Amino acid sequence: MTYEAVIGLEVHVQLKTQTKLFCGCRNEFGAEPNSHLCPVCLGLPGALPVPNEEAVIKTILTGLMLGSTIAPRAKFDRKNYFYPDMPKNYQISQYDQPLCQGGSLTLPSLSFPKDAQKEPQALANKKVRLVRIHLEEDVGKSFHLESRSGIDFNRAGTPLMEIVTEPDLTTPEEAFALLTTLREILRYGNVSDVDMEKGQLRCDVNISVRPAGARDFGTKREIKNLNSISAVRRALKYEIESQIELVSSGGTVVQQTMRWDDARGETIPMRTKEQAHDYRYFPDPDLLPIHTDGRLRTEAEGRMPELPEQKKNRLCRTYGLSEYQASVLASDPPLADYFESAARSTRNPITLANLILNDYLALRQEAPELATVSPEYFGELADLVSDSRLNSRQGREVLAILLRTPKSPKEIAEERGLAQISDRQALEAFCREAIAANPKSVADYKAGKAAAINALKGFVMKKSRGQANPQRIHELLEALLRER
Amino acid sequence: MSCAFSTIQELRKQLLAKEVHPTEVVESLLDRISSVDPKLKAYNYLHPERALESAKKADLSLPLGGVPIAIKDVINVRGEPCTCSSRILEGYIAPYDATVIERLRAAGAILLGRTNMDEFAMGSSTENSAWGVTRNPWDLSRVPGGSSGGSAAAVAAHEAIAALGTDTGGSIRQPAAFCGCVGLKPTYGRVSRYGLTAFASSLDQIGPLTKSIADAALLLEMIAGQDPRDNTCAPEHAPSFSKKLGEEIRGMTLGVPKEYFVSGIDPEVEAATRKAISHFEELGAIIREISLPHTSYSIASYYLVATAEASANLARFDGMRYGRRASGCDDLLETYGRTRDEGFGREVKRRILLGTYALSSGYYDAYYLRAQKVRVRIREDFLAAFRDCQAIVTPTSPTPAFCLGERTEDPLQMYLADIFTIAVNLAGLCALSLPCGFTRSGLPIGLQIIGPMWKEETILQVGYAYEQSTDWHTRRPPLE
Repeated sequence: MTYEAVIGLEVHVQLKTQTKLFCGCRNEFGAEPNSHLCPVCLGLPGALPVPNEEAVIKTILTGLMLGSTIAPRAKFDRKNYFYPDMPKNYQISQYDQPLCQGGSLTLPSLSFPKDAQKEPQALANKKVRLVRIHLEEDVGKSFHLESRSGIDFNRAGTPLMEIVTEPDLTTPEEAFALLTTLREILRYGNVSDVDMEKGQLRCDVNISVRPAGARDFGTKREIKNLNSISAVRRALKYEIESQIELVSSGGTVVQQTMRWDDARGETIPMRTKEQAHDYRYFPDPDLLPIHTDGRLRTEAEGRMPELPEQKKNRLCRTYGLSEYQASVLASDPPLADYFESAARSTRNPITLANLILNDYLALRQEAPELATVSPEYFGELADLVSDSRLNSRQGREVLAILLRTPKSPKEIAEERGLAQISDRQALEAFCREAIAANPKSVADYKAGKAAAINALKGFVMKKSRGQANPQRIHELLEALLRER
Repeated sequence: MSCAFSTIQELRKQLLAKEVHPTEVVESLLDRISSVDPKLKAYNYLHPERALESAKKADLSLPLGGVPIAIKDVINVRGEPCTCSSRILEGYIAPYDATVIERLRAAGAILLGRTNMDEFAMGSSTENSAWGVTRNPWDLSRVPGGSSGGSAAAVAAHEAIAALGTDTGGSIRQPAAFCGCVGLKPTYGRVSRYGLTAFASSLDQIGPLTKSIADAALLLEMIAGQDPRDNTCAPEHAPSFSKKLGEEIRGMTLGVPKEYFVSGIDPEVEAATRKAISHFEELGAIIREISLPHTSYSIASYYLVATAEASANLARFDGMRYGRRASGCDDLLETYGRTRDEGFGREVKRRILLGTYALSSGYYDAYYLRAQKVRVRIREDFLAAFRDCQAIVTPTSPTPAFCLGERTEDPLQMYLADIFTIAVNLAGLCALSLPCGFTRSGLPIGLQIIGPMWKEETILQVGYAYEQSTDWHTRRPPLE
């Protein structure tokens, strides 16, 4: 019998805000432990929460970007359980009236892992439905030292958005693609930096298996706190295989919460259904319901960005770029913006895209910020290359200098003598010299070895210090050799 | 005569006339405290040096300049303990001021000390205090009421000029009635709760306990008004609550709920209330019988809503970050368990269990949710009643102060002490209690005046008219 997996994700995203969700403490990663604290986020007696409007707006914006219905009235609830990293021993979250409901995400092929982008599942443009998006406060961070534990409460009370999908996913690669796509959209909306190393995107997965084509779901297990997209893929792959193995050998899956041990590459049970918490949700009496109609929604709508898919399509249409070029540019909105402003100063945006995607990205590590190059200069460089006044190697050389010197590409090329020689007389002189100096290659060519012309070309390039136009040389040499 | 016996208004006159200096005020109160507090135990702790220090710097141009105020031990004051009369907060020093404390400081008040209470404001007798019971100044064998029993006893015994208390189901009004002083519970949202250690967040309000209606109006004026740190504190404009004091109540309609005179009410309390009602008629008010049909459900609704909220509010007391932690525990669960077992008293544990149960999966709809629905009905009862009257007059408590120990073994009996006050909190209204007579054995009897939301001016006007035409408030407890 063949089995299929049913997968749903709960994605936690740390929102990019100046301050925490319910107090004025700074929302900052990597600060001195316990330096961003106040009575509110420490849960001191008498302290009260006041909602951070920016976090509410960013959650609504996320809902708008993902096509969710924005609740006209949302509320906060208390989720009760004891843990030392949670100062109040309840978490302020949203239970039955979240800010956003429904919505969906479509998975483009390029969001799949590289090794799976050509597979049918990556080409299906699958649409994954969302259940809801809600806003809650994050907890502190525990550190287990040798004989005792410490807690850093800087993270306690920072805004966390939870996005819950329907169980529409069937493979680890789809889960990977969903997270990649989601991450890109969240960056577009400036909702979160989505830096996984900083824990800004964390994921719980629910997974079950069933005989292929079956209608009922199997019993699910939940894997908690996966903190990288590739770990999600690995954990799911492991878990699917282990559930299928269990079920096909006559066993049954027990409802369980697991954790993923990335080093050992396996999932480990944490607790069973019987040990599950009763969170005793109830409306938080300290917080008024949120009415989103009006100012909050208008503000979110005003921040709606062009979405990644829209941008890709537009870049292809407007500039004639390939889907691949458009995707790479769209995955880096500031770079795409830069491309578009430089495109105004060139006649050949495709050459510009190549310069940015091949040469600039390769030079980026050692070069200063792209921002220091004016888009006009970059456009001018693209023209020099597309007009054959520089060859591509020279183009990269000028670019490398351009990143460090605020001069026009033309000036740089002139200063360095980097003009491609396309002048017929000059080139003809080089070619005649090459033919005179390499009788063996000439003989070979005449004897039918077409590749022998390369040696002659190499000679010309060397003599011209790399500045000859290779295309022209080829044509000239062929013509001269035919003459003889 | 010692200025400890003054009202705020009287004291302010003396201070402004330079008849007395703020340090003398503090000293005379400290004298009074050292002579009567050993019998009463109204205070949990005092800060004589601090109080004298601020007396020296007192700015008499401010509305409460030079006036010492006692604070219930549930409100956070920077640099001071805030024990809530619980062992679990032993060692905790508040690092911040509650909003009401900031406002009192800004108004020039001197903070004198912290008054005893039922642990976490859970109780009606101040017997549930980890630091010992407070006694009623009129009869030392009786309770002062609760949970703000320390504040009420301190004001009644002239150990304080005025005090702040908190009221979740009657905790200001009932002790005010038992001790013979004025207690005002403001409309929910009138006074910021920031810095008030929460018992039941949707019911708690801070309010004044004073020797006169005018003092209550003044003190409320100083602490009321919007606070950006409390989401539930309303943007409603806080008017001058003293404005209508002295306006006559002729032609005003006062409602008397028929449901409040039927069950187990003490005959002397009923007689005093009836007499007060006649007195209002003599002052020209129109008395109208009204009906609050869901009254009998208020205690049940209250004890589900309040305990449910409390079960979450008190979860933070776990010995991890502050307060007392049980020692010698082997693991986390044992630390939680023993810390809370040793730290909380019986009544607090009872309510946490009740509230946890009411919220549990499978019981939520039958208990918490239904209690909230009843709450809506109770609010509607009052809304309907206030279409026919401007204020409602009732007894504050069905009995005068009961004896120490009399009800500690019977929680339900204890809960009934709040039967007339609880519905006001459930409906979010304002209400006050003021003295309206004494029993034959000399115990004060309190009259409750209930107003619609945001109508503190009205109930103060009614209370003032009564107070100024009677002399119950001039009697002094036999402590000397």
